[in-house]
Amino acid sequence: MKILVPVKRVLDYNVKARVKADGSGIDLANVKMSMNPFDEIALEEAIRIKEKGDAEEIIAVSIGVQQNQETLRTALAMGADRAILVVATDDVHNDIEPLTVANILAAITQKEGPSLILCGKQAIDNDFNATAQMLSAKLRWSQATFASEIDVEKDKVRVTREVDGGLQTIDAKIPAVVSVDLRLNEPRYASLPNIMKAKRKPLEEISPADLGVEMTQRLKVLETKEPGSREAGLILENIDQLVEKIQENVGG
Amino acid sequence: MKILVLAEINDGELAEDQTSKTVSAAATLGEVDVLCASNQCSDASKKITKMANVENVLVLEDDLFAQSLAESYSETLIDTIRSYSHIFAPSSSFGKNILPRIGGMLDAMVISDVSQVISEDTFERPVYAGNAIQTVQSTDKIKLISVRTSNFDSVPLTGNAITKKIDCATKNTLTTFVENKIQASDRPELTSAKVVVSGGRGVGSKENFEIIEGLADKLGAAVGASRAAVDSGFAPNDWQVGQTGKVVAPDLYVAVGISGAIQHLAGMKDSKVIVAINKDEEAPIFQVADFGLVDDLFKAVPEIEKKI
Repeated sequence: MKILVPVKRVLDYNVKARVKADGSGIDLANVKMSMNPFDEIALEEAIRIKEKGDAEEIIAVSIGVQQNQETLRTALAMGADRAILVVATDDVHNDIEPLTVANILAAITQKEGPSLILCGKQAIDNDFNATAQMLSAKLRWSQATFASEIDVEKDKVRVTREVDGGLQTIDAKIPAVVSVDLRLNEPRYASLPNIMKAKRKPLEEISPADLGVEMTQRLKVLETKEPGSREAGLILENIDQLVEKIQENVGG
Repeated sequence: MKILVLAEINDGELAEDQTSKTVSAAATLGEVDVLCASNQCSDASKKITKMANVENVLVLEDDLFAQSLAESYSETLIDTIRSYSHIFAPSSSFGKNILPRIGGMLDAMVISDVSQVISEDTFERPVYAGNAIQTVQSTDKIKLISVRTSNFDSVPLTGNAITKKIDCATKNTLTTFVENKIQASDRPELTSAKVVVSGGRGVGSKENFEIIEGLADKLGAAVGASRAAVDSGFAPNDWQVGQTGKVVAPDLYVAVGISGAIQHLAGMKDSKVIVAINKDEEAPIFQVADFGLVDDLFKAVPEIEKKI
């Protein structure tokens, strides 16, 4: 079985996003970029499935600018076997919509024939939480979102999902698209020897046109602005004052 | 313009707060139809008919919808959905699971976590964990909108909608339900609670979280947790408040041992009153709190519980 793992290059989660003064978006010039944390969890899970002997090959895919190479090298160093870079734009500020990403991934899936696609549940930049579901619909595959546990069986994958109020377990027929949540695992760090080895692993570069996919944008971003902020309030002297404030505002 | 709202129903039980607030967001544009699909619809559909701004309730009673699997909706209801111009759903785990799959089927983008409806094609939504708000204009023929319900009020129960039974033919052969592990709890639901008490990494362990739960129960509050606390295994994920968890806006939010990472603030900064207890006076949570107490939570919280 082959597993496909899409990985997105995003603003590092430790870096505060700054809104550009002209309202055109978030400033991504000269800031640290990293692999989307949820995609790291997806990749880690794919590696664990392979280590258990349930998969033979892991293909990492990234879609975006040329520099996404770095993200793919990280994926290869963690344990992906090969990588595909889809160079879809030359401007890092041009975010590619989940629907287009799903179209590109669907085309790659036709070509590569994976049986399982593991995605992060959302990218921490646009926060759409949509690619896995859209891809699964495009392929007419089964979907299991927000996974906190994944068991690959013969012709199905048993997934425990994080839902409001608790957990839901479902069986998804293979081939399947699974999106992963925070508690699934803790991703490993790539070791230095593996980082060196990753440099020799294959990384193929293609364009959306090579896959016959048209780049479209359905949502026009009219403005990006700072959120309304709250003012800092009072620091209270003692617990009694706090109790008073809580009592004033309960049921208020 | 024809608007459809997907009611969130779990095993026959209507998620009233989520559904009502989604109707309220959709009603900014006009009267709405609501799809009530479940294994048992009588209770849920009765409640929906009373919601203001609802014109028709489409009732689809079938075991296929008992567990709200995405494929049940996308494979069987796509023709019904296609006859509408706007589809709204709450941006809960229910809506987030189903709506983008419908988008994939219809080749339409989904507009996630909408916090404001500006016009029939323009919406506001937070991005970058709430560090920025984007205004987006959709060019899709059918607009799919998931609603950040904490930004909207419920609709009044003054409606008198008409119910219409609908059928579906195909079956979901892709996924099968195995089991639910839903924590039975007497506490109010996190996203609709009037009071929320949340604990962070500072709470230190799963056992210590009982301090948070004790105060919550005394106040009749829901219990929340920061991502750091969930990450450390102190609290279950469905307690998580923040951009990657739930977004809440209660009358009173009590943050205990929470430093106030931006991703957490994105999930609670619309609360009416925020109270923070943290031993670190530099903690960013104090910059958004209306009232702060710099103290050791292990000393302060039990004392507060006693005095209330």
